[in-house]
Amino acid sequence: MCQVDEEYNGHLEKISLPTLSKKCVKCKDGTAVLIIRVGDAFCRDCFKEYFIHKFRAMLGKNRVIFPGEKVLLAVSGGPASSSMLSQVQEGLSRDAPKKLRFVPGIVFVDEGGACGLSVEERQRAIAQLESIFREKGFPYHVVHLEQVFSLPGSVLEAVSSAPEQPGSSYKAAVDQFIQNSRGEHGLMEPSVEDAESGFAQLSTQDPTYPTEHRLALERLLASVRTLTAKEDLLQTLRQHLILHTARVHGYTKVMMGDSCSRLAVKLLSSISLGRGASLATDTGFSDTRYGDVVIVRPMRDYSSKEIAFYNRMFNVPSVFIPGLDTKTPEKASIQRLTESFVTKLQADFPSTVSTIYRTSEKLHSARTPQSAITDLTSKCLLCMCAIDTNTEEASAFNAILVSERLSQSGLRETAPHTQAQALPTESPGQCCSSGGQGQGCGSGDCCSSAQSSVTPDLKGLLCYSCRLTIKDMTAVETLPQYIMTEAEKRQRRLRMKMEISEFLLDDEESGE
Amino acid sequence: MPVQCSSCTKKRAVLKRPKTGHSLCKDCFFWAFEEEVHQTIVSARLFNRGETVGIGASGGKDSTVLAHVLKVLNERYDYGLKLLLLSVDEGITGYRDDSLETVKRNQQQYELPLKIVSYEELYGWTMDAIVKQVGLKNNCTFCGVFRRQALDRGAMMLKVDKICTGHNADDVAETVLMNVLRGDIARLRRCTAISTASEGEGAIPRCKPLKYTYEKEIVLYAYFKKLDYFSTECIYSPNAYRGHARTFLKDLESVRPSAIVDVIHSGETLSVKEGVKMPVQGTCSRCGYISSQALCKSCVLLEGLNRGLPRLGIGKHHRLHGKILAQQPLTQQEERKLKAIDF
Repeated sequence: MCQVDEEYNGHLEKISLPTLSKKCVKCKDGTAVLIIRVGDAFCRDCFKEYFIHKFRAMLGKNRVIFPGEKVLLAVSGGPASSSMLSQVQEGLSRDAPKKLRFVPGIVFVDEGGACGLSVEERQRAIAQLESIFREKGFPYHVVHLEQVFSLPGSVLEAVSSAPEQPGSSYKAAVDQFIQNSRGEHGLMEPSVEDAESGFAQLSTQDPTYPTEHRLALERLLASVRTLTAKEDLLQTLRQHLILHTARVHGYTKVMMGDSCSRLAVKLLSSISLGRGASLATDTGFSDTRYGDVVIVRPMRDYSSKEIAFYNRMFNVPSVFIPGLDTKTPEKASIQRLTESFVTKLQADFPSTVSTIYRTSEKLHSARTPQSAITDLTSKCLLCMCAIDTNTEEASAFNAILVSERLSQSGLRETAPHTQAQALPTESPGQCCSSGGQGQGCGSGDCCSSAQSSVTPDLKGLLCYSCRLTIKDMTAVETLPQYIMTEAEKRQRRLRMKMEISEFLLDDEESGE
Repeated sequence: MPVQCSSCTKKRAVLKRPKTGHSLCKDCFFWAFEEEVHQTIVSARLFNRGETVGIGASGGKDSTVLAHVLKVLNERYDYGLKLLLLSVDEGITGYRDDSLETVKRNQQQYELPLKIVSYEELYGWTMDAIVKQVGLKNNCTFCGVFRRQALDRGAMMLKVDKICTGHNADDVAETVLMNVLRGDIARLRRCTAISTASEGEGAIPRCKPLKYTYEKEIVLYAYFKKLDYFSTECIYSPNAYRGHARTFLKDLESVRPSAIVDVIHSGETLSVKEGVKMPVQGTCSRCGYISSQALCKSCVLLEGLNRGLPRLGIGKHHRLHGKILAQQPLTQQEERKLKAIDF
């Protein structure tokens, strides 16, 4: 077991920095101003060119954004997303033949209510951001986290988009896109005026939200016991808000500013949170879990260091807004711990981030039931990734269920001579939707709340990782209404499916 | 205030399970611990009746507990297995000789046959001699590669059907993290498998019955059962990089105790993109052992030792395999690279 680490020491060892060469390695002419990677000293102009090229190369390589498509830029105010905003502006403003041709809009989610900021602090941050957004001239949407309490249940539905064949050419896809948008809107490319009128209309949005929602958010967060779960929940709610904003305003792509440093942390913390099955969706370039709205991550090739240098050199403004984990100790949450672990390791072994990040490129989501994109019960209620708890009998998931069952009262007499076949192979629904056929579930908390109709039992509707998050909550009913409503709906549907199960022909199996 | 056992609800609880957080009394803990291993064995179909199973025994806590539990379960559930202990003597003075004494005591306590294979008889080198040539850096590569094969060779001598090792949940989770940090996608995919039965011929299947058992619970079990085990770190293992993964995992566990199983779950559910290059399993053209290259790692390492070029097996020198096979001398330049142990 221990031999594996030693073989690679040569690659992982710290390499001492070479002395600053005075000239840029690229043009061999300009004075070098920074070192990007070990040994690569760039001058200001070459760095700018390199940085801009990287962004456009990322979009060019992946070719998922169509001309005239409405793209929502998710900007948090931090360096990476601010840098992304400036790259989009740069790409659109240019007269060069390779001008970017999509129609951008901006969304900012104000999470001050969750992070304990005062009303004034929140307003100040929003004002700062608005002035940046206005300067860019793109339409923007400021959404408050409190608005999750007025989201409709339909947010949680993954709508299947036009079937995209991976093999089909980009050009065909573009043609189809243009045809679709003609049919829908009767125009090919929204003109600049459209964008501007949209801008005028949106920026006058009323920034207030009802007090009851503010209190509901406080109650919700108070019921979450750990910061790990809080951060996870916040992330989920934020995604729902962005998704909703995109859908309401007709955006079909959302750009997130995750840098490669960020993604490395995200990958490792996802693993630690049990999100292995959705790693590829969580960290890949394009994320199609929502169906009609695709998340893209064009900043995933930049390290946070590059971004910081660029922002500083070319005066890209960003706004610092304290988040949930700001100023918390290292062990406050799994996400925080992972971040500090990766950052520290990166300092000693400079290839850490890129190695982790490259791992993400080799993964794809394990269970993606192609046919089942519209089958809601196969997707997690919260993160909307494929549910990963239909594991084999011998799995970590079942092992922990066994452990919990064995450590609880009153079961000792029944279990000793059970064979494996008697083990509950829990599949969502079977166990929980039937409302407590005690046989399979034991008296585990699996079915305990299923009988009460007030709080639907969420477990069966969630993926492994989101179960952990919900487990850290003391009062599940504090979740926003749209989640609870959708949960009830899915449960009814599962129950229905159970009743008719013997008459259904198994179509999923045949596909494999 | 005494806490009541959450399982039997009668006796006083003496411990809080690291895995689930439940408070249990001694008996209920033993029962739950053994039962979980049993469920793992049954649900993963690790053994078949009548098989001879070699338990990789180092004298440490994991293998001691494994041997104990397997013996208990074999009797309780009548698996019909023939169990025996299999130890490898790496030849590390002051470490392995002491731990082997523990194994010998275990042999008597559990009344299981014991077979010890030594590096010296298999390879002609003890770890002490290897370290003398290689230095303290990278010596774990030799030890690890040799041990894997030594265990197999010992198993073949005893005509064992399966080998089981004491790898626990922490070890598996740590390996998942480690492989992510190293970007080793091939190992990442394999490392969570509970048994290597699918690896085909040439190798004896191995399994990890303690795969879902927390290290802390193993210590608790050994402590309350008053099992006799040896607990000293190997004197030659500085193990820098794995240490990072280990510390990280322990920290994760302290933030959220389920993290260990969560990491394993992640490892079990992630899958690799098609088209990513994976090593193909073949056999070593010199010794016939499984290998993804023309020569297996242990033959390369051995060749390096015998030629006085210890770095031959460290890092990747696949180009040189042809030359080694043909018994050709290396060029001076090649030799220079492989000789120097730089500090």
